[in-house]
Amino acid sequence: MPDLAIIVPSLLNGLTTGALYALIALGLTLIYGVLHIINFAHGALLMVGLYAVWFLNTRLGIDPYVALLIVPPAMFVLGYGLQRGIIGRASHGRDENILLVTLGLSIVIENLALYFFRSDTRIVDTPYSFETVEFLGAFLPLPKVIAFFGALISAAALWLVMSKTDLGRAIRAIARERKGAQLVGINADHVYAMSFGLGIACLGVAACLLLPSYYVTPSVGHGFVLIAFTIVVLGGMGSFVGALIGGLIIGVVEALGGLFLGESLGQIGIFVIFILVLMFRPQGLLGHKV
Amino acid sequence: MLEVRELKAGYGAVEVLRGVDLDISKGEIVALLGSNGVGKTTFAGVLSGLVPAWSGSIVFNGASIAGLGAQAVVDRGLIHVPEGRHIFPNLTVRENLELGAYRRGKGSRSQNIDHVATVFPRLRERFAQKAGTLSGGEQQMLAIGRGMMAEPELLILDEPSIGLSPLLVEEMFDLIAKLKAEGLTILLVEQNVLQSMEIADRAFVMENGHIRLSGKPSVLMDDPDLQRAYLGLA
Repeated sequence: MPDLAIIVPSLLNGLTTGALYALIALGLTLIYGVLHIINFAHGALLMVGLYAVWFLNTRLGIDPYVALLIVPPAMFVLGYGLQRGIIGRASHGRDENILLVTLGLSIVIENLALYFFRSDTRIVDTPYSFETVEFLGAFLPLPKVIAFFGALISAAALWLVMSKTDLGRAIRAIARERKGAQLVGINADHVYAMSFGLGIACLGVAACLLLPSYYVTPSVGHGFVLIAFTIVVLGGMGSFVGALIGGLIIGVVEALGGLFLGESLGQIGIFVIFILVLMFRPQGLLGHKV
Repeated sequence: MLEVRELKAGYGAVEVLRGVDLDISKGEIVALLGSNGVGKTTFAGVLSGLVPAWSGSIVFNGASIAGLGAQAVVDRGLIHVPEGRHIFPNLTVRENLELGAYRRGKGSRSQNIDHVATVFPRLRERFAQKAGTLSGGEQQMLAIGRGMMAEPELLILDEPSIGLSPLLVEEMFDLIAKLKAEGLTILLVEQNVLQSMEIADRAFVMENGHIRLSGKPSVLMDDPDLQRAYLGLA
C-alpha cells in the first residue's frame, strides 16, 4: 500500500489533468446540450488546436500561453464556420446526419494532418517545460499547475457567458425550446454556430494549456475524446457543472488507477465508472431523468 | 395597422389557409374564432414568419411582411405568443422575460420587467424560479409577459385560455382586457367564443381556411349560424 507521500502527489496530478479533461468535456457537453449530438470531430479538432500551438511556437516563436490570444479565437471562427458552412447544411436538420458529418469531418481532418505533418510525435520546448512547483510536499510540473488554473478560469468564463449574457441565455433557451426561441427573434442557425464555435474555442484553450507538458500527433485526439465522452456521461449530458466535477473525478481516478494498478491499467477505472454510471445512474451525476 | 388579403398557406401539398382576408386597427382587440383545425394557428404562424405564405399579401404598418422570417417580423413589433406557451422551462422567470427583449426593447428592459410584474404580480414572486416549475396559468402569464417585453405594436395571443381552469380562464380574459386598456393592439386567436366576444371590438370566424363571418360581437352573437355552430343553440 503506497503511503501518503506518494498518494498526495498522485492525487494533485490527477486534479491538474482532470481540469484539462473537464475543459475538453465542457466543449463537448456545450455542443451536446444545444445540438443534441455528440461531436465526433471533437478529438480531431483538439489535434488541430495542438498543431496550431506547435506551429506558432516552432515556426514563429510564439509561446503557447501567448498563443491563448490567437488559437482560441481562431478555433472559435473555425467551429462557427464548420457548423454554419458544413455541419448545418449537410445534416438537413437530422440528428443522425449531424453525427455522420462530424465523423466524416474527423476522418478528413486526421488524414489531412497525416499528410501534412506525418505521424511523428511533436513537442514544444519552453524554458518552463521542466519547472516544478512544490505544494503539500509534492513537486508538480509548472505547466500542469498553470493548466489547472487556466482550465478553471476558462470554465468560470464560460459559465459567466452562459449565465449572464444574452448569448448564453439564447443558447440555453434554444437547447430546450426552439419554437419559443424563434418567436423572441433568436436566429437559430447563428446560435447553433456560436455554440459550436464556443465548444471548439474550449479546445483551443485546452491545446494552449496542454502542449507545454504534452505532445501532438494526428491521432492524439482519440484518447481525449473518449475520456471527454465518459466525463459528459458521468456529469450528465449537457451539464456544465457536471462536466467540471466529472473531469476532476476522472483525472483523479486515472492518476490513482495508474498508481495502484500500474500505468498500463491506469485508465481502467475510467471505463469501470462509465459502465457503472450507465447501469445505475444513466442521467449522470447532475443530469435530469428523461 | 394590419391588412391581410387573399392569404393562402399550408404544409406540403395540404392547403390550410384558402384565401384569408382580415384587418386590425390600432388599439383594437380582434378575435379570430373557430373550432379546432380550421387554420387559426397556421394563420398566426404565417403572420409571425414561422410558416411561409403561399400567396396573398400581409401589410403591417404600411409595409409588406409576407415572406419575412420570424426575426424580421419581431423587429417590426409583431409579437406572437404561441399556443402551448413555448416558454423556456430550463430558464428562470426573469431570464425568460429578459429574452423577450432579445431583439426589441433592450434599452428599457428593466422598466419593462417591472411593468410586466405589475400586470402579473404572481410572476414577481417567482422571478428566480425555473419557468418549467410554474403552474399552467403562471406559464401562460409568463408567455404573455415575455411577449410584452418586446414592446409589441401588435400582440398575437394564440389560445391563451387553453388548458386553464374556468377560474383562471376568467382571470386571463380580465388580464387581456387590461392590456387593451393600456393601449395594446391584440389579435386574440381563440375557441372560447363567449368570453372572447365579451372583450373583443371585432371578431372574425374562420371555417376551413376561410373567414366565414366577421363584424362586431354584438351583431355576430345574433347570427343563427354562429349560434348553432359555436354556442350549441338551435
